Amino acid sequence: MALATETRKRGKAKEPAIDRETLFKAYKTMLLIRRFEEKAGQLYGMGLIGGFCHLYIGQEAVVVGMQMALADGDQVITSYRDHGHMLATGMEARGVMAELTGRSGGYSRGKGGSMHMFSREKNFFGGHGIVGAQVSLGNGLAFANKYRGNDRVSLTYFGEGASNQGQVFESFNLAALMKLPTIFIIENNKYGMGTSVERASASRDLSQNGAPWGIPGMQVDGMDVLAVKAAGEQAVAHCRAGNGPYLLEMKTYRYRGHSMSDPAKYRTREEVQLMRTQHDCIESARHKLEGLGVEEKAFKAVDDEIKAIVQDAADFAQSSPEPDPAELYTDVLLEG
Amino acid sequence: MATQILMPALSPTMTEGKLAKWLKAVGDDVRAGDVIAEIETDKATMEVEAVDEGKLARILIEEGTEGVAVNTPIAVLSVNGEDVSAAPAPASEAPALPKVAAEGSDVNAIAEQGAKGQRAPALDVAAAPEKDWGPAASITVREALRDAMALEMRRDADVFLLGEEVAQYQGAYKISQGLLEEFGARRVIDTPITEHGFAGMAVGAALNGLKPIVEFMTFNFAMQAIDQIINSAAKTLYMSGGQMGCPIVFRGPNGAAARVAAQHSQCYASWYAHVPGLKVVAPWSAADAKGLLRAAIRDPNPVIVLENEILYGQHFDCPTDEDFVLPIGKAKVERSGRHVTIVAFSIMVGVAMKAADALAEQGIEAEVINLRSLRPLDTATVVASVQKTNRLVTVEEGWPFAGIGAEVAMQIMEHAFDWLDAPPVRVHGVDVPLPYAANLEKLALPQPEWVVDAVKKIV
Repeated sequence: MALATETRKRGKAKEPAIDRETLFKAYKTMLLIRRFEEKAGQLYGMGLIGGFCHLYIGQEAVVVGMQMALADGDQVITSYRDHGHMLATGMEARGVMAELTGRSGGYSRGKGGSMHMFSREKNFFGGHGIVGAQVSLGNGLAFANKYRGNDRVSLTYFGEGASNQGQVFESFNLAALMKLPTIFIIENNKYGMGTSVERASASRDLSQNGAPWGIPGMQVDGMDVLAVKAAGEQAVAHCRAGNGPYLLEMKTYRYRGHSMSDPAKYRTREEVQLMRTQHDCIESARHKLEGLGVEEKAFKAVDDEIKAIVQDAADFAQSSPEPDPAELYTDVLLEG
Repeated sequence: MATQILMPALSPTMTEGKLAKWLKAVGDDVRAGDVIAEIETDKATMEVEAVDEGKLARILIEEGTEGVAVNTPIAVLSVNGEDVSAAPAPASEAPALPKVAAEGSDVNAIAEQGAKGQRAPALDVAAAPEKDWGPAASITVREALRDAMALEMRRDADVFLLGEEVAQYQGAYKISQGLLEEFGARRVIDTPITEHGFAGMAVGAALNGLKPIVEFMTFNFAMQAIDQIINSAAKTLYMSGGQMGCPIVFRGPNGAAARVAAQHSQCYASWYAHVPGLKVVAPWSAADAKGLLRAAIRDPNPVIVLENEILYGQHFDCPTDEDFVLPIGKAKVERSGRHVTIVAFSIMVGVAMKAADALAEQGIEAEVINLRSLRPLDTATVVASVQKTNRLVTVEEGWPFAGIGAEVAMQIMEHAFDWLDAPPVRVHGVDVPLPYAANLEKLALPQPEWVVDAVKKIV
């Protein structure tokens, strides 16, 4: 399968020079997300996580690369496949995992679950369960930045499935019209639940979906964290300079089903295996790092460190008490 | 080291399944992510993926076995290469069950509250009389709404207005007259006709700390945006465990105007009043409009302000005090009486007042309550009145089924059943889409005579 790394019509982000420290940091965060999600899948299998649980495995490079292009104060909003985004913004694995198990130590004190988590401190605005709704909301984050005259940028993630929602196009128009400092990031993992992008979208180049409104767009190899980072930096610079919105289409892939209860019969096992063995973002980062002289013991140390973080999160998520029954009635309205 | 592989739950409702097929044999190397087995549930065939790496040491459940309970050990994985084939299966590690809620909380009391629905408000039947705001002047509802926005925009730089035609056109119904001139295009913003998009954008701005006023040209068009109003504005505070407040006002004309037919004439009062996380107000007079809109803009929660187009041009006395504001959640007794309580909101308060005049001529003294606020509902004021009059008539322009009248009547059942001398009666719009023809439209919307007839049924 060819992953489009070339940028059509709008020029390509500069070929990134490989910086060992940066790549190692990215590798570490991607691995944390991978191991966290594997553990979440395991806890789901044990009945400790309920409801819907959408894993990010395979797509880690997208969120890690984009986060590296941001500055403090920039904001992030996404859909329900959100665990990776939260870890990338620096939210604690413990709090995320405890929310998955519906415990009081979770980011929403157990009242939001997998799809609804937030952190004002880390400028993570959710975590939204209605497909496409976060795109309009993301415009609002950017609107507030522009209203206040600061130079913050907001990242609005959504899937290629959501990209067909009417409010996404409404948002493209509003963002371009108002020159909002926002980056639309389409995480094109090829399948909106069980429907392939070819069966869902007449557009063959989603990076150009904003073209009617003059929104510059770029296709990016979303399995290459450095390519993502480079594209992100270009888009962020564009927005921060007051040039209005930017659209990035990340060509990526999810290894797991849409949610835990998806048997994934709409694609072949070979297709998944090919992506895993030939295009995996973590494996390829590791190979590059090996080429840069990173030694086995350094990888082993990272493995151990992450294993400990994830195990600690899983333990915390099982030992943190359920929310007090009185929590049922709190947080409906603010006093005022 | 040996690790157990457990029968996984693959959907929110799965409790057991058939272990249909093993795709790995004893002795095979397993990598994380490899499919090791297939499981059939009543819904689908699912693949089981390995989480850990190692060698498949033992298979504990043979393929073809039906009814394997979730969390049953199905295989043993040797993780660091040692031979565990002969070792007994490690003791099943039962998943930790959720801990019982923190000690000291009274679970039964909470459950009882739930069974009662709302926490029944402590009814303060001797509620304080409304504050006297001093001198008043006659203004239109339109001017009252405009003044409310202007005053709050002067008071708080985070407040801004957006919507279709609110700026250069001065408002489709001229509510925002003069605001663009005073506050400029940064704070008075014309949007394209894109309700879903601009409502969602405003909610996002509110989550990010601003205080938007969203004008819908009518609430009929807000149906395009109702997902953002309910799923994003009303629920996010709760879903975020109290982190994400959403201080926003959604306002515009609601209900029937005149001869604009079914798609432009719906009352959404019961729709929004149904939703926890929202506040809903429905002003009648100019004082209501000014006082409630100012309170709505200051409120840290999403507030729906249901206005009425026909009322926009009507004059009422309104306090001139610079600080005039009304509390959300308090009804007003517009007219005192002892024979029957008539409860109404928005334009129907006027209908109820006309009916009360007609009833007075016949010797019936009706007490008219203007609800002002639909959520929270001022049940205490209605209860206090019914305890005096022993009879209740509700009046609303919207449809009867699951309407505001139904809710008010139910509140009286719960809180003042023993004081009732007759069953409550509802007066409401006819249960059809609103027709265009003048004669049919008149037949569909509550008239003062309907209220008089309803009262005379029970007095």
